[in-house]
Amino acid sequence: MVEPEGEPVVQALGLRKSFGHTKAVEEVSFEVRRGECFGLLGPNGAGKTSTIRMIYGFSPRSGGTLKVFGLDIEESWRLIRARLGVCQQENSLDPDLSVQENMEVFARYFDIPRPEARTRAAELLKFVGLEHRSGSPVSQLSGGMMRRLVLARSLINAPELLILDEPTTGLDPQSRHQVWERLESLKKSGISILLTTHYMEEASRLCDRVLIMDHGRILTQGPPSQLISRYVGKDVIEVSGPDEGIRRFVMEKGLDHEDLGHRLVIYTQEGRELFDRVSRELCAQGCLLRMATLEDVFLKLTGRELRE
Amino acid sequence: MIRWNISRRFMRVWERNLRVYRRTWAISFIPPLLEPVLYLLAFGVGLSALVGSVQYRGAQIHYVAFIAPALLSINIMYNAFFENTYASFVRMYYQKTFDAMLATPLSLEEVITGEIAWGTTKSLVATVLMQSVVSLFGLVDYPQGLLILPLAVLGGLAFGSLGMLFTAIVPHIEMFNLPIFLLISPMFLFSGTFFPLEVLPEWVKPLAWALPLTHLVELSRSLALGQWRMELIWHILYLTGMSAVLFPLALGRMRARLIR
Repeated sequence: MVEPEGEPVVQALGLRKSFGHTKAVEEVSFEVRRGECFGLLGPNGAGKTSTIRMIYGFSPRSGGTLKVFGLDIEESWRLIRARLGVCQQENSLDPDLSVQENMEVFARYFDIPRPEARTRAAELLKFVGLEHRSGSPVSQLSGGMMRRLVLARSLINAPELLILDEPTTGLDPQSRHQVWERLESLKKSGISILLTTHYMEEASRLCDRVLIMDHGRILTQGPPSQLISRYVGKDVIEVSGPDEGIRRFVMEKGLDHEDLGHRLVIYTQEGRELFDRVSRELCAQGCLLRMATLEDVFLKLTGRELRE
Repeated sequence: MIRWNISRRFMRVWERNLRVYRRTWAISFIPPLLEPVLYLLAFGVGLSALVGSVQYRGAQIHYVAFIAPALLSINIMYNAFFENTYASFVRMYYQKTFDAMLATPLSLEEVITGEIAWGTTKSLVATVLMQSVVSLFGLVDYPQGLLILPLAVLGGLAFGSLGMLFTAIVPHIEMFNLPIFLLISPMFLFSGTFFPLEVLPEWVKPLAWALPLTHLVELSRSLALGQWRMELIWHILYLTGMSAVLFPLALGRMRARLIR
């Protein structure tokens, strides 16, 4: 595995968080390096939000050590937060204020002088394409605009690390791509990003490295491409309505596969040849060949049962 | 962690509330200006024809002069209490304003202190407005009456802290009906506001004196009538003690509620 470069901005070692008897996070260790985008992936209730809340000093940790910018979060929480930008999962925009005022008031929480706050607010609203809405009340914005405003607001203090908790959940494809483009250009500017998501497409597109967790524990971590080749291979063949013939075939060949009853999923390195053979001889109801994705890794590791 | 972390930054939270208030100041200004006029009309013209004057500290005073300072006290109580219950609860629970603040260099204590400081400010502003109107009727003795303004700050702090404590413990917003029904409404009626405490049966009097509003009314009435005397210190101490207990209690309960 290639060692990630850059100094760490977040170092978590044996991080734990319990709520009463419930263990939300258990022995989680990872590092976010300067300039990279690091993704925390996991199903609902995996412990993603609990983890990042400890990182920005909202929740006290139950155990382990945690350093942000090399500083201890407990002692230096104020200094750390001054260098962080946080987009929380729930909409926390101020509905009593206009778009522009949301930015300016937030800047004051960081002790940014008023004239500077005004300039920065204008720049950032332009960056997220909301400059024409600066006088609007927040309640008149669409879901996508609100999310872009939250993003702009979290950048008001020119943070070195941006923490995003499910930045695109509930957005339409257009808005989602808008947010992704903004995040990509932020990444280019050198900002480090830590995000949680359960959209694998998002993680593959944005993240240099990801960590997959479930039930508060780490299942694996690494660059998406490496995880895909390690856990799934190169290609995936999906067989609809599999019959005995194909089942016997995968068993005899010892192929890595998952039998979902109505569908059989084969993970393989040489998709083309295998697919030609399978589709010719063993595919009654149709089958398809596609590239392996992070979603395959995710489902393989966290299972397919419904959560909650 | 982050135990009792209060710096001057709490003023940022106060500023935020001021900014919102300034958007609607014209509407916010109306109640404290209009309310005393309505009360004075109802009681001054209507009720005082029946009551005439009341016996207060051995002197006969006009009923309107008796209740005007009580209206000021009730105004102080209402403004801070309602700001730090309903309004603070909406910001905390529905608008997630506190959550957003807690991702910035503000501590929980600063957020809550800023909220209580704002509740106190609303009491002060409402007092300035209402007292101006009441003074036009010649119902406040000056310069002593000016001391009602710092009194509004003390009363605002005490009742704001009380409100914030309820905000920290109520599970949902409808539950505020309970402290209002059990505490605020009885105080409105039985704190020497509309009739002198002397007329109450002996066994009820200690109960009335246990109520914080009684002390606030006693202070504002004495000041409005130009009757400052040393024993009023005890009432100041009562309200100071109340703030000194409830303010840290509210911070502690709020921490227990929000920091998970």
